[in-house]
Amino acid sequence: MAAVDDLQFEEFGDAATSLAANPDATTISIEDPHETPKHQPGSLRGSGREEDDELLGNDDSDKTELLAGQKKSSPFWTFEYYQTFFDVDTYQVFDRIKGSLLPIPGKNFVRLYIRSNPDLYGPFWICATLVFAIAISGNLSNFLIHLGEKTYHYVPEFRKVSIAATIIYAYAWLVPLALWGFLMWRNSKVMNIVSYSFLEIVCVYGYSLFIYIPTAILWIIPQKAVRWILVMIALSISGSVLAMTFWPAVREDNRRIALATIVTVVLLHMLLSVGCLAYFFDAPEMDHLSTTTATPNQTVAAAKSS
Amino acid sequence: MAEAEESPGDPGTASPRPLFAGLSDISISQDIPIEGEITIPVRSRIREFDSSTLNESVQNTIMRDLKAVGKKFMHVLYPRKSNTLLRDWDLWGPLILCVTLALMLQRGSADSEKDGGPQFAEVFVIVWFGAVTITLNSKLLGGNISFFQSLCVLGYCILPLTVAMLICRLVLLAKPGPVNFMVRLFVVIVMFAWSIVASTAFLADSQPPNRKALAVYPVFLFYFVISWMILTFTP
Repeated sequence: MAAVDDLQFEEFGDAATSLAANPDATTISIEDPHETPKHQPGSLRGSGREEDDELLGNDDSDKTELLAGQKKSSPFWTFEYYQTFFDVDTYQVFDRIKGSLLPIPGKNFVRLYIRSNPDLYGPFWICATLVFAIAISGNLSNFLIHLGEKTYHYVPEFRKVSIAATIIYAYAWLVPLALWGFLMWRNSKVMNIVSYSFLEIVCVYGYSLFIYIPTAILWIIPQKAVRWILVMIALSISGSVLAMTFWPAVREDNRRIALATIVTVVLLHMLLSVGCLAYFFDAPEMDHLSTTTATPNQTVAAAKSS
Repeated sequence: MAEAEESPGDPGTASPRPLFAGLSDISISQDIPIEGEITIPVRSRIREFDSSTLNESVQNTIMRDLKAVGKKFMHVLYPRKSNTLLRDWDLWGPLILCVTLALMLQRGSADSEKDGGPQFAEVFVIVWFGAVTITLNSKLLGGNISFFQSLCVLGYCILPLTVAMLICRLVLLAKPGPVNFMVRLFVVIVMFAWSIVASTAFLADSQPPNRKALAVYPVFLFYFVISWMILTFTP
């Protein structure tokens, strides 16, 4: 029986050292295997009994310290590789969304919020929500505009959902790809202090699209002036987030190329919002009032001529 | 031979094993009785099991599956914290519900304008790919629910929305107008809330506590889109 006790004590020691070396190591103990990885790192560092999310956060920082910049250690055909892109908590996602809504001059979105932990949860679900927000708001707005007309038959316009999905997902993935390729090419010519990985750029673009969700819902209001004011506000907020993120990356470069890059980024963003407004939302009442006043004139003219 | 000498001299090991108790009396040099005694009880058990499901009537098989589906419908309609949906998952219920919903939602073939409601295939694809996406999302966030268990729960929780579709179709037979729309809106909102409550009752426990909202939000979006399709259905 003493040999069994020795064995157990040695296993605890081995588990502790192996966990310090590699948090992924499997350890044997008499406890529930699910609790072992959580409890032992906490007791190792001597910090008190913390909440689960603190322990998970500590595990995460342990991993990033140990793997020193080489974050994705699993091969790309395993499930764990993709789990590293969803390694965010609820409060982190909320913080990133808040950062995209309130751009502070001088604070870089990537450095402040993403901090080498880019996630794919935010970009994917913000784009999905935006697709349905635009399609549903467009449908509702058209219904409200044409409400009184006798000849109008309401159709749900379901085809527009797939069009909206194509546009938004293409924008959220292809433009970051092009921008990343461009920045890599400039990096080979000019040594930049700041360089972003592809996933960080996707992350910034995804979170910067969040402002368009309330904008799309407010576009239901059938006033042209209101819609254009909303376009300007949304463009200024998300455009400034993007500009402030990418300015440090091109600052070292030739002045004209740096300015051209930033202007192109903002211009593409504006193209997206104006294009969505024009395609999914019919022109509001003022145009229809002018057509209804035109037709009585035509009938009067026809009556006069005959 | 060596075994024959040892076994009668060691009654201690033979006594806790009644299966081998008779062997010590039999001469073990012949192999056939041992094989006969060891294998016959197991074989007869297998035979009983086979005859119980292979030879039963088709009605029994179908009724057993239908009863399982019906029991799960009851669990969805009165959501309690229970494990029945998770433990014995099946995809018959979601298939029945999805096909019913898609059949009722599709626009008629006569209405071939370029913009209208969704076709059968579009509803089917949205439901199944939406459920697969939500399942992948919850697994990637670190949930410990299996793939098919999650599909099963999401599919079964479409039941309140299918009931809402049936009610909407009945209400649409009456005179169209704002009252008609208000009734349909109310029914769809109530059933949407019911679906969300039912699915979170089953799914929320499988997520790590600091990511529950991240896993529940896509479920909300999924049922919202289905509710929108039901509400905007015009015959």
